[in-house]
Amino acid sequence: MQILQLVISGIAQGCIYGLIALGFVLIYKATETVSFAQGDLMMLGAFGGLLGLSLLGFPYWLAILCAVAGMGIFGMGLERLVIRPILGQPAFSVVMLTIGIAYVARGLITMVPNIGTDTHNLPVPYKDELWRLGGLVINVEQVVVIGATALLCGCLYALFRYSKLGIAMQAASQNQLAAYYMGIPVKRLNSLAWGLAAAVAAIAGLLLAPITFVHANMGFIGLKAFPAAVVGGFGSLPGAIVGGLVIGLVESLAGFYLPEGFKDTAAYIVVLLMLVIKPTGLFGEKLRKKV
Amino acid sequence: MRFIFKTEYDQDIRLVKHGGHLFWYGVLMLLLLAAPWLLAEYWLAQLTFVLIYSLAGLGLMLLAGYTGLFSLGHAAFLGVGAYTQAVLTNAGLPFVLALASAAALSAAVGFVVGLPALRVKGVYLGIATLSFGFIVEEVLARWESITGGNAGLHIKKPILFGWRLDSPESFYFLCLVITVVATLGILNLLRAPTGRAFVAIRDSEISAQSMGIHLAHYKTLSFALSAGLAGVAGALYAHQLQFISPDQFNILQSIDLLLMVVVGGLGSVHGAFLGAIFLIIMPQAIAVLKDYLPLFVAQAPGLQGLVYGLVLIAFVLFEPMGLYGRWLKVRTYLQLFPFYRQGLFKRQKSFQKSDRLK
Repeated sequence: MQILQLVISGIAQGCIYGLIALGFVLIYKATETVSFAQGDLMMLGAFGGLLGLSLLGFPYWLAILCAVAGMGIFGMGLERLVIRPILGQPAFSVVMLTIGIAYVARGLITMVPNIGTDTHNLPVPYKDELWRLGGLVINVEQVVVIGATALLCGCLYALFRYSKLGIAMQAASQNQLAAYYMGIPVKRLNSLAWGLAAAVAAIAGLLLAPITFVHANMGFIGLKAFPAAVVGGFGSLPGAIVGGLVIGLVESLAGFYLPEGFKDTAAYIVVLLMLVIKPTGLFGEKLRKKV
Repeated sequence: MRFIFKTEYDQDIRLVKHGGHLFWYGVLMLLLLAAPWLLAEYWLAQLTFVLIYSLAGLGLMLLAGYTGLFSLGHAAFLGVGAYTQAVLTNAGLPFVLALASAAALSAAVGFVVGLPALRVKGVYLGIATLSFGFIVEEVLARWESITGGNAGLHIKKPILFGWRLDSPESFYFLCLVITVVATLGILNLLRAPTGRAFVAIRDSEISAQSMGIHLAHYKTLSFALSAGLAGVAGALYAHQLQFISPDQFNILQSIDLLLMVVVGGLGSVHGAFLGAIFLIIMPQAIAVLKDYLPLFVAQAPGLQGLVYGLVLIAFVLFEPMGLYGRWLKVRTYLQLFPFYRQGLFKRQKSFQKSDRLK
């Protein structure tokens, strides 16, 4: 029973990692750059939800919708404002840029008087509800996380697999110039990818908020989503979720069975092993460069 | 405008290219030597920090700026150096021996981290080094019998050949000597075949490989050298602060180091120093600025992060060559006056080339 309990909480935690990793993968798939600001976009999304629910008094569904849509628009604006001017620069420029964005987001949130520096509770309707199945105690918050992740993952998979838009995004990620020649509006696609990634980050934030509270430093969890993305294979949507689950499970089990200290580093040990054994990740594509 | 008339091949690789170099760096050296008598004690300590950070920055510059390998966990090497120095000095080892061990251990760790670098590239390498940084921080915090855990570790004053360096001035001179030696070493390395190989790897791995450069050898060498320099910087850092704890070597410190080389200017030795000066001056400038800001902004704990973030974004967007790049532009403007053109240093616009097929 205990192990099942651990597995369930590991899966729920893993889904959060997976959701943030989905954001990385979306951006990587569409623009082949890595965003280090994903965790902080998640934090902004959670604060957006808080704004809607607590301050403006919206009903739950409206607040969620507003936060996700708002973050989507914010993501597109961000792309237009700071990412597009350095289109075509080495990938590392974007990494530094997004680190900068993360710093700015965190700094700005702490400057909101009375709200920015405190820890908040996101009042969701399913707060603190428990389901009992036999000897198992299941937190509804965790069930919601798992369900929402599965749903979102399905939608995104369908988008990339079947829609014209998704296929255009894949084309742009493989060769921006060739995609442009084929009539794909690469810049607009990049913008869309950032918007989508920010919206996914907002969803992750809203799902995580009831479990951990909302505060300015919650974005640091994004650092654990990198291992998830790498284990799954950067650039693979199902890989991101599977990677997230692997990391979540390993962490949950390591926290119980291994000595203290392993819980926080388990994710990083797993990713280092993965990089040494199979750098392309579980679902990564194997490609060789031809000269 | 200065035209150098070259009459022998040696002039191409000479460190001192012309008389102006000799004069200005001589003046800089004199000023640095006179600094203890010119500056108040507080500013001397800050100058010492600049030297220490420059050392770490030099290491990272060698790795990121010259070999094109980005490390997001460089604070870990700093930490390994600092803790080695602290433990060995407290055990009674003489300074030179402890420093050599700190550098050697850091370099060895750097070599090990460099191994995955042979298989992974770009972002993956960043994540590998990031992970490594987290693991080292956790080890420092958990290995209490040696590192003292989260409670931290005090370190004794350095003793150099029986001479106790307990005044800030003497420690400053120690740092100065080590920094100058390291800088000359790096400059010399960069004009030697090894340094050229690093630059070739940065510019194109495939071309470098085709020219007979052994990628594995040079990449791990770059990692080891870079980590070794960071280890020396860490050892001096420990002596300067006299107290170290694991949270001084966390991810934020790694990002600070990276910020330093990016702001200073990737791919220039000057950049490491300019970046270090920037990193030390910035908090002071923010503290001064705080008096003029509205209270809720000035009191926010994230103010420093916000400014760092904005500076980083501004540099990536507007001045990718960093402070040194800006200086180059100013210098060119003065040299060409009045013929400087607006677009002289303009970046070429293009679509991104895929890294995935490397």
